[in-house]
Amino acid sequence: MTTDRSQPTAPVPDPEDHVETHRPDHDRTAAQPEDAFGAPAAVRATGVSKTFGSRRSQVTALSEVDLTVAAGEFVALIGPSGCGKSTLMRLVADLEAPSSGSLEVFGKPAARARADQDYGIAFQQAGLLPWRTVAANIALPLELHRAPRAERRQRVAELVELVGLGDFAKSRPDQLSGGMQQRVAIARSLAERPRLLLMDEPFGALDEMTRERMQAELARISLETGAAVVFVTHSIPEAVFLADRVVVMSARPGRITDEIVTGIGRDVVRDEHLREDPAFFSKVTEVREALHAGPVSASGAHER
Amino acid sequence: MSATAQTTAAPGLTAARPSLVAGARRGLPLVRAVVLGLLGLLAVAGAWEGYKALAPEDGVVVGDNRVLPRTTDLAMPHVWDMLQRLGEPVSSLRGAAPLWQVVADAVLVSLKVAAAGWVAGTAIGLLLALLMARLRLAEWGLLPWIVLSQTVPLIAFAPMVRSWGSRIEIGGWEWPAWMSVALIASYLAFFPVAVGALRGLQSTDRVHTELMHSYDAGWWATMCRVRLPAAVPHLLPALRLGAAGAVVGTVVAEVSIVYPDGIGRMLVTFAGQASGDPEKAWAPIFGAIVLGLVAGGFIALLGLLLRTYRRGEAP
Repeated sequence: MTTDRSQPTAPVPDPEDHVETHRPDHDRTAAQPEDAFGAPAAVRATGVSKTFGSRRSQVTALSEVDLTVAAGEFVALIGPSGCGKSTLMRLVADLEAPSSGSLEVFGKPAARARADQDYGIAFQQAGLLPWRTVAANIALPLELHRAPRAERRQRVAELVELVGLGDFAKSRPDQLSGGMQQRVAIARSLAERPRLLLMDEPFGALDEMTRERMQAELARISLETGAAVVFVTHSIPEAVFLADRVVVMSARPGRITDEIVTGIGRDVVRDEHLREDPAFFSKVTEVREALHAGPVSASGAHER
Repeated sequence: MSATAQTTAAPGLTAARPSLVAGARRGLPLVRAVVLGLLGLLAVAGAWEGYKALAPEDGVVVGDNRVLPRTTDLAMPHVWDMLQRLGEPVSSLRGAAPLWQVVADAVLVSLKVAAAGWVAGTAIGLLLALLMARLRLAEWGLLPWIVLSQTVPLIAFAPMVRSWGSRIEIGGWEWPAWMSVALIASYLAFFPVAVGALRGLQSTDRVHTELMHSYDAGWWATMCRVRLPAAVPHLLPALRLGAAGAVVGTVVAEVSIVYPDGIGRMLVTFAGQASGDPEKAWAPIFGAIVLGLVAGGFIALLGLLLRTYRRGEAP
């Protein structure tokens, strides 16, 4: 089992010191340096907290979270239910407002980034409009932002091919399987070539086989588009398989307890070989230990 | 999504199969519906004639109460006599039109008035629903009044509408009586539309509204692209209730306003002649049934036109 948590040259934080490990910039900038022009990070959250409920019965969903996602970086948020991973993503999407702290998306406030359509989003439910065809569903954001008709048609054709649904452009969502619907949702999230993709357990409702296929496709798509991805999941292998960096969160209150750089380069093909690679296993174990905040017994480590 | 679509591996099949199956299923019920409908009609006629043949002439009397009607030709004419009467002239005057034609004319007049009332009521209902969906305050303020409005007895305010209408005169134009009838019809029609449409507009999936929010789409864009189309499955039953309300409102208002051209007034007039001509009294009743069927058929047609927005609805 390897414990080189930060393969690159960054100063290695003490593995025991979980509070310190989520200091954003040390781990991450080393893995994915900002480009020469100093392009701002895709996401930069500093001391972000979120509480829900009235003054009398307050629930702290997120407490003092610091997170930076570099442009083009694939970050998976993992943790038990109620750890605030979805909330964190929703804050980035400006679907909720943080109670305190600052949150920047490409150097702008989250609301501004939303207005500028800097991100594309996909939820656990595909959320397709049932009365629209596949093509019309993908075209929805383009239509809303008044893209010219010819451009719209061309972009939709590209996207339908990208997600491998060329024959289904005219089908309605109820004629598609769950996996196909989710592919349409991903195509829709890519419609405006966002530099950031936000995904909230997009494969959570799919069966295991479909899920693995979709993971491989998402890996390919994210490589092709070069967009940064914030990927919420509670599957450990999924997080390790896809991400450059796995951010581990814990509940009550929701906070980041650990970060693990997977060390699987962008250029590594995400396929069955990777799933059987010992280095992949060791990272899975590492994430699992971080999730359970302690070493897992040897037998448990090799279950997967 | 269906389980079959999930498991089918070959991609071409998944798209083709459901539509084929649906097509086959859709074709059969049409024939079945027509056959069942005709059988139903025959059953009613059979029950009518059966009761007339078997029950005592004076009906069934328990104590002082007659619990089943008399079976005399005066109270219950034979089905074939009623049908035959439709073909005969409406009165003994020379050159009188056949009864069916007079009834059909009256049905047509009432249909136009009811349609006008339905259109107006639907428009008002939709506008109210939009307003209430837009403003929470409007919902709190308006909805109780909308519900309360339906407790006012129609018979009570129909004559008032008539008398207000007769005082309206703009330039040379006078408020015609049929508009009073249509107004009352719309009064019954707007209610289910307002309530049903509001319900539909509020039933939008959260994932859809959040998606629109993420696109920075405004209220109106969200309304047109998502909320209105998503409301259609709720709206159609509401429109159907509205159509029924418009028809009932038209018939009742014609009676209480004394509007002579429609089927409502004819029901009363012909019933008054029933002692001498019992079969004639049934003709406008058939006419009223046809009126209701036409209204229902129109909504069914509307549902067919809007079927794209009803995907996922149980067939």
